[in-house]
Amino acid sequence: MLYRENGQFKTSYRADQQLFPVLQDRVAMLALLAVAFVVLPLTAPEYLFRAILIPFLILSLAALGLNILVGYCGQISLGTGAFMAVGAYAAYNLQVRIPGMPLIASLLLGGLCATGVGVLFGIPSLRIKGLYLAVATLAAQFFTDWAFLRISWFTNNSSSGSVSVSGLDVFGLPIESPVSKYLLCLAFVSVFALLAKNLVRASIGREWMAMRDMDVAAAVIGIRPMYAKLTAFAVSSFIVGVAGALWGFVHLGAWEPAAFNIDRSFQLLFMVIIGGLGSISGSFIGAAFIILLPLLLNQVPRWFDMPLSTALASHLESMIFGALIVFFLIVEPHGLARLWSTAREKLRLWPFPH
Amino acid sequence: MGFFLETLFGGLMAGMLYALIALGFVLIYKASGVFNFAQGAMVLFAALAMARFSGWYPLWFHFESRLLANLLGFVTAAALMVAVAWLVERLCLSRLVNQDGITLLMATLGIAYFLDGLGQTLFGNDIYKIDVGMPKEPLLVLQGTFDGGVLISQEDLVAALVAATLVALLALFFQKTATGRALRAVADDHQAAQSIGIPLDRIWVIVWSVAGIVALVAGIIWGSKLGVQFSLSLVALKALPVVILGGLTSIPGAILGGLIIGVGEKLSEIYLGPMLGGGIEIWFAYVLALVFLLVRPQGLFGEKIIDRV
Repeated sequence: MLYRENGQFKTSYRADQQLFPVLQDRVAMLALLAVAFVVLPLTAPEYLFRAILIPFLILSLAALGLNILVGYCGQISLGTGAFMAVGAYAAYNLQVRIPGMPLIASLLLGGLCATGVGVLFGIPSLRIKGLYLAVATLAAQFFTDWAFLRISWFTNNSSSGSVSVSGLDVFGLPIESPVSKYLLCLAFVSVFALLAKNLVRASIGREWMAMRDMDVAAAVIGIRPMYAKLTAFAVSSFIVGVAGALWGFVHLGAWEPAAFNIDRSFQLLFMVIIGGLGSISGSFIGAAFIILLPLLLNQVPRWFDMPLSTALASHLESMIFGALIVFFLIVEPHGLARLWSTAREKLRLWPFPH
Repeated sequence: MGFFLETLFGGLMAGMLYALIALGFVLIYKASGVFNFAQGAMVLFAALAMARFSGWYPLWFHFESRLLANLLGFVTAAALMVAVAWLVERLCLSRLVNQDGITLLMATLGIAYFLDGLGQTLFGNDIYKIDVGMPKEPLLVLQGTFDGGVLISQEDLVAALVAATLVALLALFFQKTATGRALRAVADDHQAAQSIGIPLDRIWVIVWSVAGIVALVAGIIWGSKLGVQFSLSLVALKALPVVILGGLTSIPGAILGGLIIGVGEKLSEIYLGPMLGGGIEIWFAYVLALVFLLVRPQGLFGEKIIDRV
């Protein structure tokens, strides 16, 4: 009854092609943005920003980037952590080596460097497909792990191998309090989500999807495989690189290559698959799920007053995590985003049977 | 020259062990099209079970014999791996039939997390040692030919022999037994195999059990070299470039790929490493596999991929 599109007629092409054609969706989206930009910064406690919201935003940005590659273009990548690392270290070097470099510029240029590396490691995708490609992208992962550990130029010859940034500011506003960090991330995420949403419904996004569904057939109808695949790699690794730079600069502050190791790549892939392949909202739902699950699992023993040793707790956590992932894959192989679209179909009629 | 040969032997032995883990991947991929990321976790789980049970049995039943303890431990661990295989098939794979390759891959990652957690919850997370009486002293050969001779670790030699025997046994099993023939049929074409009455679910349990026992052997050998600990589960990642280098569906490919990666890794570390700052072992295998795939996308012995519109 509440969620009905009856009577919302589109009388112009503009109206037909807008981002959210249903009025209720527009209202909900605006309400969500208002909560995120205004209500949360005013009300939420500091812990919520530091432990949940900031990591959630940055990792959903990375998941969004990965989703473009895996979900829309069908190229499996296990090297996401590597592209995040490239973004973070490139942004760090720009920030340190060029005096007076604005933060936003170094974050975006960091993403640009990640684009270069992403395209480089995307070239094999023109020859290799499927699982072979997945393993081949591991090369990117291990190579960057090694490069940032061993080549001291990247870390500005830091003796401990870890790098740190401080005194960040955007247009003169210091980025120090959790709220300001949160707003910076939120701004980035909103802009990139809008961009991604528009890219995937434009011609380039349709080319990616054609590549994903059947590459030979796509080539036959005139889509250039090289162009489609490499742009997917480029856009994806740009977003992932910016997310990596944000992760290093805003969330961690000081980091070493281990922050972007293979576990991070797996984690992001989990987000994308649990959230929903080929869905922008899926990236966010997946990121929320993967971030909240360990926190929740940590809390459960406390509710029942069962003190567990840290080692045992972490083993149990990894067991439950694994089991839940298998469970979700069995129950909803198309991801949590699919659950939402099923719910929407139901909502159209609710509470009437027809 | 002696040093070169020593490195070469070292690489071959390490390669044999990679091949052993890669074998598990190939077995499962061939029979069910699942890229089993849990192979590393299975190696860890099996090795932990073996290490702990062979330590526990003498305490429980008050006997001294090392051999008996190891035998009992091996049998228990093998039984446990069969149980794992059965559970994986029952609870997970049979419910994911006809899903995309990537969904199955993620499911095996979930299994990997589960097994890692379960193994360490049940058996503890210290470093355990497996003592199956492998000779520790190195062997000095070819003293007449080279100055100082060539040093070979007997342990490696035994490990390589075990691996070779295992491969031969598997080849016999696949070629000569009825079950092996059924396995090959399933690998060839699921639907055709099913239509002539081969029970897919039973075949999958068998394949996962065989892969589990291969994991157990690999775990024992690695474990007695390095001690059983969590990092064992990461060694298995090294087997990935081996598999794609050899071709995902080929057993000889896994062996040859393992040897190439093992030797390449050791030689590159010694001769290229100093130029690049050392530690290149962690990525060399992957980059080698990547470059190789650019020339031959299906790997050394993989099936040729034919595209049809």
